[in-house]
Amino acid sequence: MDEFFFFIVAKYNYWASLILLFIGLYGMIAKNNLMKKIIGMVIFQTAILIFFVSIGVKWGASVPIIRFFPDKQPLLDATAYANPLPHVLILTAIVVGVAVLGVALAILQNIQRIHGTIEEDEILEDMRK
Amino acid sequence: MMDQTPVFIIAIPLFASLLLTLIGPLGPRVAYGLLIGALSLSLGASLATMVRVVQTGQAIHYYMGDWLPPMGIELVIDHLSAAVLVMIGVCALLSGIYSMHTAGQDNHDRLNNYYALFSLLVTGLLGMASAGDVFNLYVLLEISALASYGLLARGGGKAYFATFKYLVMGTIGACFYLLGVGYIYIMTGSLNMADLADILSRESLQESVSIRIGFTLIILGIWTKMALFPLHAWLPNAYSRAGTATACLIAPLMTKVSVYIMLRMMFTVFSADYIFNQIAWSSLVIYMASAAVVLGMITAFAQRDMRKMLTYIIVAEIGYMTGGAWLANTAGYTGAVYHILADGLMTLSLFMAVGAIIYRTGDTSANAMQGIFRRMPITAAVFLIGAASIVGIPPTCGFFSKWYLLQGAVQAGAWIFVAALLIAGLMAAIIFFRLLEAAFFGNLDDEGLSVGHSAPHSGTGAVQMREAPLTMLVPLAVAGAALLGLGIYTNEVVTYLIRWSVPAGF
Repeated sequence: MDEFFFFIVAKYNYWASLILLFIGLYGMIAKNNLMKKIIGMVIFQTAILIFFVSIGVKWGASVPIIRFFPDKQPLLDATAYANPLPHVLILTAIVVGVAVLGVALAILQNIQRIHGTIEEDEILEDMRK
Repeated sequence: MMDQTPVFIIAIPLFASLLLTLIGPLGPRVAYGLLIGALSLSLGASLATMVRVVQTGQAIHYYMGDWLPPMGIELVIDHLSAAVLVMIGVCALLSGIYSMHTAGQDNHDRLNNYYALFSLLVTGLLGMASAGDVFNLYVLLEISALASYGLLARGGGKAYFATFKYLVMGTIGACFYLLGVGYIYIMTGSLNMADLADILSRESLQESVSIRIGFTLIILGIWTKMALFPLHAWLPNAYSRAGTATACLIAPLMTKVSVYIMLRMMFTVFSADYIFNQIAWSSLVIYMASAAVVLGMITAFAQRDMRKMLTYIIVAEIGYMTGGAWLANTAGYTGAVYHILADGLMTLSLFMAVGAIIYRTGDTSANAMQGIFRRMPITAAVFLIGAASIVGIPPTCGFFSKWYLLQGAVQAGAWIFVAALLIAGLMAAIIFFRLLEAAFFGNLDDEGLSVGHSAPHSGTGAVQMREAPLTMLVPLAVAGAALLGLGIYTNEVVTYLIRWSVPAGF
């Protein structure tokens, strides 16, 4: 039981993003309302962003800007700084996510205009007519 | 100047798309001219790069801003990407020229914005084909996907809902890919493809579960993007409801470039040895590919709408390429790569021919084919060449890619894939002969003659020839000629381009 507990706790960031991932996937697949599908999609994307950001974390490390000791010597120890690369990648991925969300909402607006609803079953019925 | 050609390939359409958003007041003719100019220059840069790669016999590495990899961003153009870049350039330019009438009709208010998305999509595709690291690949994948959502949604009406489904599926695919890249990054600490290949070949990582999961997620993501059966459900509706110009651009290119990414991931980042020895599910892929080929063709057979039929044929063609890649021998790989080039051109010429027929008759069902040989002889001839290529009749290029695939399947002992290829060939023959019979001997007195975008014809039963406008006819004829040309020069294409990229271990 203890081992299992530590297995969960030691990797809690992975568990958190995994749970979010499945919540998002559930929202995308199971929800009938297209707006809820978009919300699921955003949760799904965010789960991956959190996963990426969390792997750049180090205990006791600070922001990756070179610090100087009082005697003007630079601190050049890699363990003193968080890994900036995952964070930089995620900045790009956030921008991509926002763009996808914008396009999705624009398309949704047009669906509402044409079919008069954003419920998937009602749209399918409307299309069969 | 010559050293800079790799970056011009991508930079020219990118800046053209930025410019295109600004020049709205100058009118549609300027926008059209700018698009065609940019695509031609980009194609010129691709051709120059390909010549350099073939002459020197080695890959070109271009370091963005002179930052050295693995830290900097790198463009890598080897024989495989050079071939795909030229294919993208040719298809984009032809469909760009072709788009003059149809895109103008669909987007009469803001044609420059439509062309900006068009150019951005081409930028993303060209970037994917030349990217040297896995994260840039993700960004470019999303750039082209976003542009394609915008373009497909311009079809209006039912296209919005189809595009919405594509958007959700496409995002899931891209997210899986990104998650897989995350797994690989945690284990290796690198994103550069060459560097990754070097690290992943180490003994200590061969058994790693994280890397296996990373690979699985990446491949699943790419399969969603390229619509491999059973992940194909979004494709037929999204493509068949788009505007004609959009369909001509997206149908030949999006899925084919995704296949290229799959090959890149499989054989450049990972290795044939790793995939076929360490990944337990790799032996199942050939069954999926066979199912895609057979079921794609059967569903295509059941369609009455011509464009929907063509989209299901794309699903089947994706099965050919996937199967070829996972056969794990030289012939299969050659067939898969050659089929990327051949299928790009085949799909382009068929979509353009059907688009021209729809443009003149206003009918999207198979009825529009009635008597088309006498009314639109050039369009019908290109349709015939494209159909012969899909069926696999020499000397069109479709025959040679199928020949390589069959050879590879026999060598690998994958009899189910052999059977699938033969059945699909027969099915394709039935599908097209049914259409061509109507095209040759069809009744000419049906209403298909008098409806359409141009003035109704006034003859009293006399057959009038009424071809599509010249801007549609010329690219159509060029695409048809290219299909025959690629078939005739198969040997050269294989010797100078494809053979160089055959992965080690085959």
